[in-house]
Amino acid sequence: MTQAAAANSAYIGNPVYAPRRHPVQLAIGLAVLAFLVLIGKSLFDNKNMQWDVVAQYLFDAHVLNGVLVTLGLTVLCQILATILGVVVAVMRLSDSRVMIPIAVGYLWFFRGTPLLVQLIFWYNIAALFPHLVLGVPFTEYYQVISTNTLISGFTAAVLGFSLHEAAYMAEIVRAGILSVNKGQKEAALSTGMTEAQAMWRIVLPQAMRVIIPPTGNQAINLLKATSLVAFISGGDLLSNVTDIYSVNFAIIPLLVVASIWYLVLVTVATIGQTYLERAFGRGYGNSAPGKPKKPQIDELSDARNAVSENL
Amino acid sequence: MQETLSPKTSDHPVEINSLVKAFGAQVVLDGISLNVKAGEVLAIIGPSGSGKSTLLRCVNHLEKPTGGTIRVCGDYIGYRRKGNVLREIGGRELARQRARTGMVFQNFNLYSHKTALENIIESPVHVRGVDVKTAKARAHALLERVGLADRADAYPAQLSGGQQQRVAIARALAGEPEVMLFDEPTSALDPELVGEVLTVMREIAESGMTMIVVTHEIQFAHDVCNRVVFMADGKIVEEGAPGDVLDNPQAERTQAFLGRFNARA
Repeated sequence: MTQAAAANSAYIGNPVYAPRRHPVQLAIGLAVLAFLVLIGKSLFDNKNMQWDVVAQYLFDAHVLNGVLVTLGLTVLCQILATILGVVVAVMRLSDSRVMIPIAVGYLWFFRGTPLLVQLIFWYNIAALFPHLVLGVPFTEYYQVISTNTLISGFTAAVLGFSLHEAAYMAEIVRAGILSVNKGQKEAALSTGMTEAQAMWRIVLPQAMRVIIPPTGNQAINLLKATSLVAFISGGDLLSNVTDIYSVNFAIIPLLVVASIWYLVLVTVATIGQTYLERAFGRGYGNSAPGKPKKPQIDELSDARNAVSENL
Repeated sequence: MQETLSPKTSDHPVEINSLVKAFGAQVVLDGISLNVKAGEVLAIIGPSGSGKSTLLRCVNHLEKPTGGTIRVCGDYIGYRRKGNVLREIGGRELARQRARTGMVFQNFNLYSHKTALENIIESPVHVRGVDVKTAKARAHALLERVGLADRADAYPAQLSGGQQQRVAIARALAGEPEVMLFDEPTSALDPELVGEVLTVMREIAESGMTMIVVTHEIQFAHDVCNRVVFMADGKIVEEGAPGDVLDNPQAERTQAFLGRFNARA
């Protein structure tokens, strides 16, 4: 052993471990922080932003009403779209020569036409079919309903968003189902489950791991896409904000108000997504978010001490 | 007329007659006839691609036969017979037929999102309607039987291959099947884990369970099974008592196949 090596090894007995330094990361972080402070300050000092107007309308009843409509429409449509999406995905993945074309046709139509066109179509369906006849087949009983009373702006929006969103959800669910090993279904069938039970109890819960992240994306997209209802009857956050600024012309402050609320809603949705991912990550070790597996420092140094003792 | 054979009337739980299975133009099973007696432990051996696994998967209708018939506990599995017509069935009717067999897969196929215990009680509770408390008690007994009493709450990812396969065996037994089907149960295991699984299988065989075992474990076939079937190219080449087929094979294919095993031993 050389003298230098001997001198070095004198310090290896009980070393202190220090984390790696990241000077570049630190510099970038500081630069971004400085940029944000400058932007923030210039916006804050800008008189044209009219922060007092923002504050005045942030909790305005008309604005809050819009928030509720936007939230309700998003939640309702996302739920309906998910249910319909699962049905379409299962049809698409079946081996039925009847179900597959139906699913493919559904996807073709509802992904192939613009959302706004679909919305306006549903809102104006009375122009095509002024009356709906509901009746029990083979009996004399029937009832005629005016389409306009049945299809309000809200129902048109629910129909339009749900049917459109379901086409996208179907593809997300299909990807999720395909991600589950075929053996899982075979094992379920071999223990006497029906195809439906195997899908519902074994395959779909595992597919959720793959389904949730893109579904979060879809839900957030939908949340903002609901602003399109401004074209049919309004009532959502953006339409109500528009109502206000078309009277007082405080366009920018009211758009800031709307943006703040959209950000709040999206933040809540994102947190919800994290919890869902954790719930469906069961059995997959550290794949659940928010819980990175870090070995405990104590355990590590214990292990190292054990190793050095053995040397 | 509809045939109504109750499961227990036949003393041959599995009756296979001239079974043919083709995937497109490729014939995988070419006229297999085989009866398995109640309590018999049958080994199916043969080279890869000989159709052993496909044969086993036909017995619980994971594969549909192209021709010939398979009866499990008297029923044409996957079909309802009316006169000369075998009408394909699905749903609960097929599920009930399948529940008479338990299957153990090469890759275990434990439900990844459920613990060992949850894997075992899944079908008893949700298929056969056993109450959760009873099902759990039975599951604990089964885990005890396969030597994993202390791993009830472990997820599959936290278990070794051998442990996973033993849980999978417990899961199959929890359905109280008439016949157990083993599809190369030790082929995906590290060599040192094979023994623990074979020990469990030997114990099940000794308990009187009817078993069909597709395997490459010649020693196990020799020591535990009552009968050995050697398959090649979708046909049964040779069958008989383990002592005859394995120690004194008559057919050239069998000799060549076993010769490779003996050369290694």
